[in-house]
Amino acid sequence: MNSIKNMIETAGWPRIIIGLFLLSLFMVAPLVGVKVSTSIHDTIVRFGRNGVMVLAMVPMIRSGCGLNFGLPLGIIGGILGILISVEMELVGMSGFLTALGLGVVFAAFLGWGYGILLNMVKGDEMMIATYVGFSSVAFMCMAWLLMPFKSAAMVLSYGGSGLRTTISMDDFWTDLLSCSLLDMLPDAAASFFSQLDISFLYKILPDGLVAWAVSVVQFIFLEQAMGMILFFGFMCFLVWLFFRTKVGQAMNAVGQNPDFARASGISVDKMRVLSVVLSTVLGAVGIIVYAQSYGFVQLYLAPLYMAFPAVAAVLLGGAAVGRVAIVHVLVGTFLFQGILAMTPSVINSALKGLDISEVLRLIISNGMIIYALTRRTKEVR
Amino acid sequence: MTGDDMTDDPGGLFRCEGISKAFGDTRVLTDVSFSVGRGEVVALVGENGAGKSTLMNICFGMPSIIETGGYSGQLYLDGQPVRFGSPKEALEAGIGMVHQEFSLIPGFTGTENILLNREPVNRSLLESVFGGRINALDRPRMEERAGTALSKLGVTLDQQTHVSQMPVGNKQFLEIAREIDRSRTRLLVLDEPTAVLAESEASILLEAIRKLAADGLGIIFISHRLREVMELCHKVVVLRDGHKVAEMPTRETSVRQIAAFMVHRDKEEAEEQRVAKDFSAAPTALSVRHLWVDMPGERVDDVNLEIRENEIFGLAGLAGQGKLGIPAGIMGLKPAGGEVDFYGQKLPLNDPRACLAAGLAFVSEDRRGVGLLLAESIQMNIGFTAMQLQKQFLKNYFLFATVDEAALEKNALKYIDELAIKCSGPLQKAGHLSGGNQQKVCLAKAFTLAPRLMFVSEPTRGIDVGAKALVLNALRRYNQELGTTVVVTSSELEELRSVCHRIAVINEGRVAGILPASAPLEHFGLLMSGEEVEPEASAPCGEAVPAEVGA
Ligand SMILES: Nc1ncnc2c1ncn2[C@@H]1O[C@H](COP(=O)(O)OP(=O)(O)OP(=O)(O)O)[C@@H](O)[C@H]1O
Ligand SMILES: [Mg+2]
Repeated sequence: MNSIKNMIETAGWPRIIIGLFLLSLFMVAPLVGVKVSTSIHDTIVRFGRNGVMVLAMVPMIRSGCGLNFGLPLGIIGGILGILISVEMELVGMSGFLTALGLGVVFAAFLGWGYGILLNMVKGDEMMIATYVGFSSVAFMCMAWLLMPFKSAAMVLSYGGSGLRTTISMDDFWTDLLSCSLLDMLPDAAASFFSQLDISFLYKILPDGLVAWAVSVVQFIFLEQAMGMILFFGFMCFLVWLFFRTKVGQAMNAVGQNPDFARASGISVDKMRVLSVVLSTVLGAVGIIVYAQSYGFVQLYLAPLYMAFPAVAAVLLGGAAVGRVAIVHVLVGTFLFQGILAMTPSVINSALKGLDISEVLRLIISNGMIIYALTRRTKEVR
Repeated sequence: MTGDDMTDDPGGLFRCEGISKAFGDTRVLTDVSFSVGRGEVVALVGENGAGKSTLMNICFGMPSIIETGGYSGQLYLDGQPVRFGSPKEALEAGIGMVHQEFSLIPGFTGTENILLNREPVNRSLLESVFGGRINALDRPRMEERAGTALSKLGVTLDQQTHVSQMPVGNKQFLEIAREIDRSRTRLLVLDEPTAVLAESEASILLEAIRKLAADGLGIIFISHRLREVMELCHKVVVLRDGHKVAEMPTRETSVRQIAAFMVHRDKEEAEEQRVAKDFSAAPTALSVRHLWVDMPGERVDDVNLEIRENEIFGLAGLAGQGKLGIPAGIMGLKPAGGEVDFYGQKLPLNDPRACLAAGLAFVSEDRRGVGLLLAESIQMNIGFTAMQLQKQFLKNYFLFATVDEAALEKNALKYIDELAIKCSGPLQKAGHLSGGNQQKVCLAKAFTLAPRLMFVSEPTRGIDVGAKALVLNALRRYNQELGTTVVVTSSELEELRSVCHRIAVINEGRVAGILPASAPLEHFGLLMSGEEVEPEASAPCGEAVPAEVGA
């Protein structure tokens, strides 16, 4: 009894409610004709696609700079990396890695300036961050038109100059991280698993259970999004590891108690700038992962709309303005993206014929953002 | 106790019955009952971590209690059972509380803090929203009300200065004034109100409390200064490990008996005697010339000191005279100027890292503000600074190094044992420790740095009688065994005289004089009040300490 109460307390009611809602969607899905495997696949793809951008919230929250509403800045850095890599006509892994490398450098620069700015407005970080997000996007709206890119894949077809709103990545490096665990296994191991005789299991266990277990194992090994999930997992590991180091601990202390940090000989301002740089760089990596999975890069106003879902996800996951852990990122992204993937497809199938999924998606995502932001004020107090 | 009833027990204002509380698996209070009558002052005493603050937090409906699963047992106010879900409800019922740690808004003036920070919503606050003329009318009334509350306490202080500019003593008075301005307040809970006060200020406060009690308020008074308790209170309730072990009228007991009820240490730590020593030949460790420090409420104007290697040097003085500003300024935590040399090397000011790297360490008097990461474990708090500065407690891998929890734990366990830190283990969060044990964690943090010179401000603030000797002996031991030079700042002169070799008295931001610890008490008193002491009585730097020692 007590342990159940404890579990609920550690998980927190918002997560339990949303989790149960998501679960019920998964249960309803087959009834209205949505295949469960598709629903799960959609959820997992969205999870991997958006995860790194949610992870980009962590360093700034940890150092006490608040929620990274300036995420669009990192996204712009990442997009610049992508565009240059496309302009160089690099395809496949080399294109992806070039985009990553360049994106990280741009984002580091932008983040450095952004960090210095935030140091000048201590106490009002989140308002200024939001403003930085908006103004950087507005500025880039002009810049995208003027940049001297030449590649036919990116330039507006009529004028011959200025970038398109949406650039397809199809010819360059779409779905580069999409590979299943089976693909990643060495051939020998793969063939061993595929020829494994499990008929004896049917003799000792109920058939239904074995069939279910087999489908789960198949799913795990065949799911194409596993590559991206592993990449996301690796990024999470890096961030976690960073916070286990001396510098990471210093950043943590700065966020918790700047006076304590100062008295321990830590430069508060430097740590804050570093955290903003890290957050911005993660934003850049995030958009590159997103683009390769989504297959498109969206310019102009699109980066603006990416900050709020990321903020909402981390809050839903259980983070507060002064407190965040990697689990919050994982849980929050899964719940947020799960609901976003499932609700429209379930309701759509139930309505039969009437396609309102995009509208629904907007309503649900904004609804969850508002919900998450109201939770925030409660938890900060 | 009064066993009977739900009905009115004459004079019975407030009563707890069978209160128990556990945080997770640790039991903190077990079946505690006591009562407070109208006009009665009840003392609640016990060792650090005995559960005093927890009990009072329960009576006040603090969120830290509610969020950790509430409590069992029953509270009665005026014979009616009550249960508070939040401090607001407790306030509305007429209970006021001054917490162990300050809860004032630094950027507001004294008046604003007394009046505005109050719930239920203050009408004058609403009025001031309308601004203009109403606001102009409102101000004088506010000042008047704040003035009334303060004069009830019998203190005069400039209520129009910002709280951040005030000495700690004034802050304490403000907190109390805030509680008594509420006309409803019938029961006042004071959690170690005198810990931050110098003796003279404390006696003003005690007088004020007596007046309030005479007006019919019930008062619960927590203190580690048993002499105060004997002087002020009608009744003493002693807690030990969360159990009530005694309840008796102060008339029928003594400091000695109370102390005996409180402690249960296996080995009684006897206070070691100060060894008189001549440091005049020792090299200078720290030389301070024309130091000024801009510390609100503790301003330092022009301080000159020569501190010898391996001595224990005391800084005494009344609150607000600047003694606390000296270490904070030298360590770079407050803007400072002047010249400071450490073993002949110039020490850069306003640069905490350089000071720490040169081998200085500082235990701040503001343990929650500067001393601790409340959300981190005890072991991380103790090891943090050493990790940052000396790369201790790190495990090296090929390209990077991560925190070595095992080494942190080992270090923490050593100090938990040495300083008798009462906790559930080295992984308990520092914010979940009792006030006195937090203080010990701060000391352990400085010891871990193994500094050449250590500043310690108010080392025994909030520490119980028994543990005081423990802490002071630890200071002596570090001084003797490791040759650490120690500079102790304290508002308790007796404590300084028992541990230091020489004591500088700070008055109005300057050194009024330096005396050997054995100098007669009147001489200290004279210096503190700004008088002169005949030259032969005051010891110039490093003069031999006369033979008669001890206090
Ligand atoms: N939130 C919490 N979680 C876990 N343990 C706690 C928490 N708050 C207090 N404790 C534990 O409860 C015990 C009693 O603490 P309390 O603050 O009541 O002591 P105290 O008598 O006020 O001591 P002091 O004289 O040092 O102020 C301590 O051992 C402390 O570690
Ligand atoms: Mg306490």
